[in-house]
Amino acid sequence: MARPISSLHRFANPGRFMRLAGRLMPWFAAVTVVLMGAGLYFALFDSPPDYQQGDSVRIMYVHVPSAWMALFVYVSIAAASAAALIWRHPLADLFAKAASPLGAGFTALALLTGILWGKPAWGDWWVWDARLTSVLVLFFLYLGHIGLMYAFDDAARGAKAAAILALVGVINVPIIKFSVDWWNSLHQPASVIRLSGPTIHPTMLLPLLLLAVGFTFYFLTLVLVRMKSEIVAARIRAMRLAQLGA
Amino acid sequence: MIRALRAIAGRDLRLALRLGSETMTVLVFFVLTVILFPFGVGPAPETLAKIAPGILWVTALLASMLSLERLFAGDYEDGSLEWLSLAPVPLELVVLSKALAHWLTTGLPLVVMAPVLGVLLHLDPAGYLTMIAAMALGTPALTLIGAIGAALTLGARRGGVLLSLLVLPLYIPVLIFGVSAVDAAIFGLGAGPRLLILAGLALFALALAPFAAAAALRQAIE
Repeated sequence: MARPISSLHRFANPGRFMRLAGRLMPWFAAVTVVLMGAGLYFALFDSPPDYQQGDSVRIMYVHVPSAWMALFVYVSIAAASAAALIWRHPLADLFAKAASPLGAGFTALALLTGILWGKPAWGDWWVWDARLTSVLVLFFLYLGHIGLMYAFDDAARGAKAAAILALVGVINVPIIKFSVDWWNSLHQPASVIRLSGPTIHPTMLLPLLLLAVGFTFYFLTLVLVRMKSEIVAARIRAMRLAQLGA
Repeated sequence: MIRALRAIAGRDLRLALRLGSETMTVLVFFVLTVILFPFGVGPAPETLAKIAPGILWVTALLASMLSLERLFAGDYEDGSLEWLSLAPVPLELVVLSKALAHWLTTGLPLVVMAPVLGVLLHLDPAGYLTMIAAMALGTPALTLIGAIGAALTLGARRGGVLLSLLVLPLYIPVLIFGVSAVDAAIFGLGAGPRLLILAGLALFALALAPFAAAAALRQAIE
């Protein structure tokens, strides 16, 4: 029991984290560029248009990875929040703070591409489809998380409140998802045109997976940048305070 | 434990009665907002009857949110919350007692008022009993979920707006099943399962909310 915790705490030292992050970041950035470049090439040039939707299906290659990231980031924030509340791990708070706006960004991207894709695919900008609706709710959960984080004069208080909210949110996300699915099937039985089928051709799957992993590394790179700059900002604040005191 | 619960809830109830606090605010808001709808969508009885369950639930939800901000704020500002946290009972129980008092002063009036406003909106007669049952099951869930939000936003800047942003997404399941229970009763589909899900949501909130809200209160008074 003591081992995993102590190995976690080795990285609680900001200096050690800064060194590690500095070493990892160029690699993450390089992987992002390669994967996203290759994925976008396959998605935009070397994959067939859908037999029903034509070229508009290419929106999927941005839309689906964004939606996956929206969920993945929220779950990772909740995990970090649990770590922050249980072990008071200082970097976990920092991670939640750095990741939340990114997650909100991915959610907004998923919503926007969904709206753009909805017009050609469903004939309407917005449909109260169960998935779109739950992503919209997720977006508001993100906004609440960010809002709560910055709502207090004492930053530590905001981080803790946001951590509790993230945990409450992650417990509620499946319930909200279930109710929205249920609500939609009650009000709108099978009126939404679905994608052509659940099976997806390998030529489409390859760019999708490349982009999904690429998005993940993009997120990791940005999170490291944000966490590092947060630590640097805290150091600058401390130095300024020391100067004032001297 | 029961004695402490009764003492804290009794104190809050007495405060509410003597200060004439939230009950009137909530009811007036509920009535006024519902009365606005016929002006907004037109007085045709069939239109109103069709959207009556939705109107009643949405406005009840907004009304109950209106009073949340004061749930812990008074005790937080005058310091009694710190004393309550030092009491030899768990803070979770304090949350539960205060939520109970809050529901009695703001949730229960909504349950009583909803059928009256249903008449104004030409709610189908088949829906009344289910409406009352659904409200009686749903409003405790709203209060309990709201208690988490109220505890989290204690002392926050722009707490009111933030509170609605935090709480509204979590209210969606209650709204969905509350409305669909009444709709099901009106269309003769049997509201039973939906009421059971509402009861499940309320019990789930009862199990989860005191712990989350107490955790939030602890870091607020730290």
